[in-house]
Amino acid sequence: MNTATAPAGASPRGDAHSHAAGLSEHPPRGHAHAQPSHEESKRIVVAYGFWLFLISDIVLFSAFFATYAVLSGNTAGGPAGRDLFDLRMVAIETACLLTSSLFCGLAGIGAQLRSSRLFHAAMALTFVLGAAFLAIELHEFAGMVAQGAGPTRSAFLSAFFALIGCHGLHVFAGLLWLLTMMAQVLAKGWRADIQRRVLCFNLFWHTLDIIWVGLFSLVYLVGVSA
Amino acid sequence: MTDTAFHPEAEQGDLAPGDEHKSGDIGQRVLGYVVGFVLASALTVASFVLARSTLVWTPSIPVALSVLAVAQIGVHIVFFLHMTSGPDNVNNLMALAFGLLIVLLLVLGSIWIMDHLNHNMMPMEQLIRMQR
Repeated sequence: MNTATAPAGASPRGDAHSHAAGLSEHPPRGHAHAQPSHEESKRIVVAYGFWLFLISDIVLFSAFFATYAVLSGNTAGGPAGRDLFDLRMVAIETACLLTSSLFCGLAGIGAQLRSSRLFHAAMALTFVLGAAFLAIELHEFAGMVAQGAGPTRSAFLSAFFALIGCHGLHVFAGLLWLLTMMAQVLAKGWRADIQRRVLCFNLFWHTLDIIWVGLFSLVYLVGVSA
Repeated sequence: MTDTAFHPEAEQGDLAPGDEHKSGDIGQRVLGYVVGFVLASALTVASFVLARSTLVWTPSIPVALSVLAVAQIGVHIVFFLHMTSGPDNVNNLMALAFGLLIVLLLVLGSIWIMDHLNHNMMPMEQLIRMQR
């Protein structure tokens, strides 16, 4: 942003001047000041608060994961992970979520550029991939229940459905939030509060992908190789 | 990127979690996501190949998968969440470090304690026989 206004090789003083000049023609986000503007500090505080929530969410997942890790051997004579998990499906799910994370990041860049076209295109792709992930997961769950391996079969399966289902519920909530953000950008434009919500959504979606990395590695892959 | 390096006073501010230094141009920022995506994909493929591999000593596979998962989570945190070790990220990183401490205590502590309980518990058949 400021590269457009700052001449090449400008002194630190000259840069400070161009910052001030940049303020008049650009909205005051995107510059690192010693004393950030009200809007910038609000963005930091809101995103930081949401970051704390996400970390507590990770702690919640770790409790579900600890339960699963403790109970994963207690199959009560029923099927174990290697009898149930279809790694091909898990690979497709993983690819969907990872690619959606990439598009979500591009949507964040689109929001900061205030480019509605990039934002909406990237968000739509994120939605499609996230919905594909959820559809495959539901298909997997339905298949397991149909072959008598539902959450009531054993302690292992109760813990499995609780852990993976909790992540699935988060993805579902994320998809609803994604649609809300697209609608809000359409209806309200690039207001500062909308930008903050887009940033929080970005953090949320990336965090879901981080949690999924732990789940596919330690639940599915370890479950199959054990 | 080079712009803020000349302003020590500008580094004292904080950066919102997920935000990058804005002086990088758009091409660079998109490239950051693409690099993260490629690295994460490579680690994912490595995990999936390793899980079904018969070339390595089998008991080592869960450990190797855990290491790959930690590496991929690191890639996500650096390239997607833009956490750095810079002074403008101290608060974000401290919160994350505290969260990791709780996660490790919860998961490793649960596994450790429940494993010992299992060891010390009477076998279930014996317990049922005693109750008759």
